[in-house]
Amino acid sequence: MTPALVIKDVEKTFNPGTITENHVLKGVNLVLEEGDYVTVIGGNGAGKSTMLNSIAGVFPIDEGEIYIGEKNVTNLPEHKRAVHLGRVFQDPMVGTAAAMTIAENLSLALHRGEKRGLTKAISEKEKEFFRTQLKQLDLDLENRLDDTIGLLSGGQRQAITLLMATIKKPDLLLLDEHTAALDPKTAEKVLQLTDTIVKENNLTTIMITHNMRDAISHGNRLIMMNNGRVVYDVKGEEKQKLTVEALLEKFTQSYRESTFTDRMILG
Amino acid sequence: MLNIITGAVSLGLLWSVMALGVYLTFRVLDYADMTVDGSIVTGAAIAAKLLVSGINPVIATVAAFFGGMAAGMVTGLLHTKLKIPAILSGILSQIGLYSINIKIMGKPNTTLLKVETLFSMFGKSKYAVLFCGGVTAVAFVVLLYMFLSTSLGSALRATGNNEKMANAMGINIDTMKILGLALGNGLVAFSGALIAQSQGYADMGMGQGSIVIGLASVIIGEVLYHRTSILGKLSSVLVGAVSYRIIIALVIDMGMDPLDLKLFTAITVTVALSMPRIKNFVLAKLTALKKHTGAKSTAKIMKKEGEKV
Repeated sequence: MTPALVIKDVEKTFNPGTITENHVLKGVNLVLEEGDYVTVIGGNGAGKSTMLNSIAGVFPIDEGEIYIGEKNVTNLPEHKRAVHLGRVFQDPMVGTAAAMTIAENLSLALHRGEKRGLTKAISEKEKEFFRTQLKQLDLDLENRLDDTIGLLSGGQRQAITLLMATIKKPDLLLLDEHTAALDPKTAEKVLQLTDTIVKENNLTTIMITHNMRDAISHGNRLIMMNNGRVVYDVKGEEKQKLTVEALLEKFTQSYRESTFTDRMILG
Repeated sequence: MLNIITGAVSLGLLWSVMALGVYLTFRVLDYADMTVDGSIVTGAAIAAKLLVSGINPVIATVAAFFGGMAAGMVTGLLHTKLKIPAILSGILSQIGLYSINIKIMGKPNTTLLKVETLFSMFGKSKYAVLFCGGVTAVAFVVLLYMFLSTSLGSALRATGNNEKMANAMGINIDTMKILGLALGNGLVAFSGALIAQSQGYADMGMGQGSIVIGLASVIIGEVLYHRTSILGKLSSVLVGAVSYRIIIALVIDMGMDPLDLKLFTAITVTVALSMPRIKNFVLAKLTALKKHTGAKSTAKIMKKEGEKV
């Protein structure tokens, strides 16, 4: 079976040739099977978000190849990859258009990656569909279809972004620390919701998190990134047995290794 | 007095088409487009050139729309493909259009007093402009409302509201910006064609400061007739454009030197733009006061304050 995602030897340097040059991805390799739900951890600057953004096509990569399913998306611009991807960002303000209504936002998402023409943006049938979808969020939003998104709280907006990312089934769901900006209670609720949606639709998912406990308790697979590479990759039973302590140990160890080699290079 | 108001309303209606264009770029697309000072003259110049060549006024006016679209597209291309900052892209187009506009007319100005115009087609009545302008303005409000309610219009609004999100939804934001700027400047040029025909001449200097007039109309409309629906917002632009002209007519009637008009407009727009800040400041003061007095509502505070006075 074709893997859901293949990332092959991806390299990315920001601001090459300048004083702020930053070699972030140093040969990232990752293969995701259909239905994999991967949590990604790693320190600041490890390259987690850069990896996610290079899958989404936010910027072109310097070297390597990226396949979503059978499609080589390496050279596609961001808006052309959108048809394959559902994305939720760290900042709840980023995923939705604040000045537009809930229904309008959901309608934009329902037609993700499609050509936009001169037909009416939202039909009554779609509104009814949105209502049933919103009901599942259990946030009392199903009767507020015509309220502008700007009136909602961060948690509500993030839940809607999650719904928007999945209302048209994506080949790959990318979650970039999507609960980091929420209070603990809301974060927990959004995480539960994530699990439910991923499970119901059998979505191939990548979730970046800074919370090691969440990284262990969610998904079927965990990868750790450090210094622009994937340094640890566990799945199935082995992952379930992981403890925060064991993960921290791995973390420190790989960090020490990388700084050690850097120091050697710098002489 | 009635004459002054009739004239002001007529002029306001002609300018409201331009204000709708500014609304499209400034509010929907969130793009302060300086092209308009040039494209409004482009519209006037195209219409004037065609009219003196004996072309039907309707065709001449529609041709102006397309000329404005081309100007807007250039600005859009400069901004999206060459990554030139928004304001500068507009200024570059505006400066370039200055020369192009003279080239279109073949001379710095063209009189239209002896040719048939859109308005003379409706007879010599002074209400011709009022009627014609009113119908055109309302038609554009309805058309724009219909357009913004489509999938494409929705994508345009999303681009102006949240580029990152629009991109993630598969919307080509470059295309949307070019489209928005083209449509906006098309409306501006259309308005320029109407204005030239109503005043009886096209002049290369007639566009100077029109961006500020457009902004004034949009903002005055928002203050006087605040609405949340799309149709309401578009209607408020119309209200704003007409109100602006009535205000100007009144202050001139009251004896203001017409040469001070631009300064007056600039101050009006500044005050209107700072309204949200002033409002927040006043609200914050009122809330602080509420804590002190223990009053339950703002209305009560007002009343209390009133009693004190």
